[in-house]
Amino acid sequence: MAFIKEKRKLVYPRQHAAHQAGAPILESKNLTVRYDSRLALEDLSFRLHPGERVAVVGPNGAGKSTLFKVIAGILQPTSGQVDVFGGGPGGHICIAFVPQRSQVDWTFPVSVVDVVMMGRIGKLGLFNWPKKRDWDFVHQALADVGLSAMADRQISELSGGQQQRMFIARALAQEAELMLMDEPLNGLDINSQEQIFDILGELRRRGVTVMVATHDLDQAAERFDRVLLLNHRLIGFGSAQDVFTTERLLEAYGGHLRLVQTGSEFLALGDTCCEDGEE
Amino acid sequence: MNALLNLILTPLNYPFMVRGLLAALMVGVVCATVGTYVVLRGMAFFGDALAHAILPGVAVGYLVGGGAREPLFWWGLAAAVVSSIGIGTITKGAQVREDTAIGIVFASMFALGIAMISTVRSYTVDLTHFLFGDVLGVSSADLWLILIFGGLIVLSVLVFYKEFLVLSFDPLLAATLRLPARWLEYFLLVLIAVAIVVSLQTVGVALMVAMLVTPAAAAFLLTRRLPVMMILAAAIASASGVIGLYISYYLGVASGAAIVLTSTVFFSLAWLARTLKSAMLRGQVSEPKGVLQSDV
Repeated sequence: MAFIKEKRKLVYPRQHAAHQAGAPILESKNLTVRYDSRLALEDLSFRLHPGERVAVVGPNGAGKSTLFKVIAGILQPTSGQVDVFGGGPGGHICIAFVPQRSQVDWTFPVSVVDVVMMGRIGKLGLFNWPKKRDWDFVHQALADVGLSAMADRQISELSGGQQQRMFIARALAQEAELMLMDEPLNGLDINSQEQIFDILGELRRRGVTVMVATHDLDQAAERFDRVLLLNHRLIGFGSAQDVFTTERLLEAYGGHLRLVQTGSEFLALGDTCCEDGEE
Repeated sequence: MNALLNLILTPLNYPFMVRGLLAALMVGVVCATVGTYVVLRGMAFFGDALAHAILPGVAVGYLVGGGAREPLFWWGLAAAVVSSIGIGTITKGAQVREDTAIGIVFASMFALGIAMISTVRSYTVDLTHFLFGDVLGVSSADLWLILIFGGLIVLSVLVFYKEFLVLSFDPLLAATLRLPARWLEYFLLVLIAVAIVVSLQTVGVALMVAMLVTPAAAAFLLTRRLPVMMILAAAIASASGVIGLYISYYLGVASGAAIVLTSTVFFSLAWLARTLKSAMLRGQVSEPKGVLQSDV
């Protein structure tokens, strides 16, 4: 494997920004993103606690993916800013973006362990091949998500839940401290969803902060510390009890949400989603 | 047995045939290696366009050099690098669809090249060589150029293996890992461009895309591992080059066409093999579920 041994480690530009002590893991200040003339995100300000699990909810096209891309440092905001550990996200490799399964080429000739090893590449740097330490990280990550037995499978052989767990393993191998997951539960059966939640529980114990975009308001309310209700603007951020009020939900979803009033309580019956159509 | 040996050895008495075979072997390896990424990233049309777009460069070399080989290579190289970066920039920034932009650049550059070459009286013969290759006209100096530049390409693909892998499989990951994605992207385009120039004499501009795509596509059908795919593609491409040249020698067929058609036969065989394998797997009831989720 050691094709070229370089004594000095060549690091990619703008990599490994130092974390400022005491700075919030993520802080968004008046974040605005404009595509041509269309406003994708408008004046978003919020702050995350370390290790918390946040559900990002909102209708299709509300700007959830845009928000994740800005936080991941892939997209530059039009105005305002996002700080991760007190610095711009572009300097960090501790942010992992877990893609939607539908956006991955599953015929690509790579095995599960190959994909997880991709997470190490930021730490490895140019001209360096994986060393024992990197393999240890990869195998540990696979064990953490329960995919050790599948390590050498081609990625198309995985089930939907396994595919999702593989990407979480990749984020673990990346040593991510902030994970952004785009609709990870979409199209998964209950068992697979529970496996993902088990892993999210383990992530919480390790102090990894997780933001999950989801369509499922019930799950958002029950399984997350806080919910962030988004429709281009920040409509609410806090506990589900405070945020999921009839008024706010209607503001976010307009007529696309079915609300059922039961006494003083209300039931939200989910919005009209999804691309994958496997509700 | 002896007859077969004779069949193989007789053409080797001709130095031009030996040089042609060496060129076909090396070009096969080089094209298949970068071709793997062309196939995986769906860049076949880009590769075809790039091959055609270098014609004006070759034309300048042809007009300046007065028939000498060397200028063709260097001008072709310059044109290829400029075209690859140009097409790359246009596909990023154009207001029209990417394939439309590529189509415009490709056709205009090709037309410009033909216009330039057509100013010379004997142009049809030379133009044919540029379009369809002239592998039997390869000189020792050409062989050295192929070896050096081809070697550099293969070396680059190996050295940047993990970066190109991430860039091709998941560009968003490349961005979150802060890889210099844009530079890597351009670098890959330049590697493809250089591979095309290196192969120019073997199959020519018009058939180049087959060298990039067909062996890699055949290999894609046979394996699910990237390194294996590259090695298989290189083997298939080299074999196509050698077999094609022999066919050309004995049947008097144009060499470039013979090489390309041989690789097409390899692709068909790979397709057949994969179809048979899938059918056999489907027949096995005991096979655990999920194995055949993706039939390509």
